[in-house]
Amino acid sequence: MEQQTVPPPAGDAAPQRGVYDAAVIGGGLVGSAVAYGLRRQLDRVAVLDEGDVAFRASRGNFGLVWVQSKGMGLPRYGVWTMSSAQLWPQLAAELLEKTGVDVRLEQRGGLHALLSDDEVEARVKFMTTLLGQPGMSRYEWKLLDRREVAELVPGIGPEVRGATWTPVDGIANPLKLLRALHIAFRRERVDYLPRCPAGAIRQADGVFHVETPRGTLRARRLVVAAGLGNRELGSRIGLDVPVRPQRGQIIVLERTRRVLETPFSTLRQMDEGSWLIGDSQEEAGFADEAPGLPVLGTLADRAVRTLPALREVRVVRSWAALRVMSKDGFPIYEQSQSCPGAFVATCHSGVTLAAAHALKLAPMIAAGALDDDMAPFSTRRFHVQEA
Amino acid sequence: MFKRLDEAAGQAGRAPVRVTVDGGEVRCREGDSVAAALFASGHADCRDTVVNEVPRGPYCMMGVCYDCLVTIDGVPNRQGCMTLVREGMRIERQRGAREVRP
Repeated sequence: MEQQTVPPPAGDAAPQRGVYDAAVIGGGLVGSAVAYGLRRQLDRVAVLDEGDVAFRASRGNFGLVWVQSKGMGLPRYGVWTMSSAQLWPQLAAELLEKTGVDVRLEQRGGLHALLSDDEVEARVKFMTTLLGQPGMSRYEWKLLDRREVAELVPGIGPEVRGATWTPVDGIANPLKLLRALHIAFRRERVDYLPRCPAGAIRQADGVFHVETPRGTLRARRLVVAAGLGNRELGSRIGLDVPVRPQRGQIIVLERTRRVLETPFSTLRQMDEGSWLIGDSQEEAGFADEAPGLPVLGTLADRAVRTLPALREVRVVRSWAALRVMSKDGFPIYEQSQSCPGAFVATCHSGVTLAAAHALKLAPMIAAGALDDDMAPFSTRRFHVQEA
Repeated sequence: MFKRLDEAAGQAGRAPVRVTVDGGEVRCREGDSVAAALFASGHADCRDTVVNEVPRGPYCMMGVCYDCLVTIDGVPNRQGCMTLVREGMRIERQRGAREVRP
């Protein structure tokens, strides 16, 4: 293995004296991608993170780099998603060069399986409406019939009526992505401070002072990207950030030879052979410890109806993790008006949007203002008076 | 599958059990685990790992390390240390990840 190892920072690393150009609160995929992008432009960047107790959607997600379905009701989100998918090859190539970690990006198209005529009808209507929205991104999509799906995925089950397909969907390995970003921190001298949660925040003379268990961190720019912590942290920089946990469960099957080259939205094979089955959505508060059999049973049933050969493949793990969902499900990016220089970045698609966060959002934050076309992502959308 | 030594000593007198390892006959004893039978017949390694395809053999002998995975009677990824030999059992070495045949 030619991957070099860099010793990890001491567990009790403290914020350095002086003033950072920027500090990010949150070391998951959103915070890490933003910090990585900030470091491309700024010299002194710090990341405050919790420890292993963090909810950490970054370690429980499915790893799609996904475009189809996104943006119904907010076409700007569809455009943002598409731009991230297009920037992903650049991010993956940079990470490989800087860290030696191949995050296993594959963008060879993706499928959304349809198991009944009703599902086909509803899906066509949905995709047509989605892509017909004014200002929506444009990409090719097709409704594939059984035979066409079978050409992409040998062995589909008899109930598969078809699938929607786009050439722009893909997958990555989310754990390798998180690891690559953190290795980049060490290589590029980003101060990553684990087990160092942010306490009180105040701003004086254009500098943020963030209290931590190991002293005060000072920074000119502050990014709150702490997932489910954003509600509380947002309030400390004058922003009302309505995010809630939405539980998703995932089933992992043992590693097999790679056979699924085109991923489904709910069934994929990892680069090293494991299979993931997922995409359940439950409102269950912060309960992420107990996967439930009814949901897992439903997930497994749909997977074997899609690909019956999976009946013979063992389940090796299952888990529940918490998505970071805003009130309307779309990302929130905004600069605080009462604390200029402080930003919030939150979404439930930390993998898909990683490239946009690193290569588009971070430069805006470094420059001190979000572009005008980011306005649809501000929390002002939640404050429209009901007619 | 740990046993007390006196029980194990009793096994010595029992009828031999014949299994095959990659087609070659191996004689073992009733009550042997597949992993024990592999060791006793000189098969120190029994599989190649899934990703890098380097050899591995039984290690913990108590069901936790999963290094003794073998194909038994056509079923892949069986734990050799947790499976008792049976007359006529077909044991095969695993090379890399198991297959799934759509």
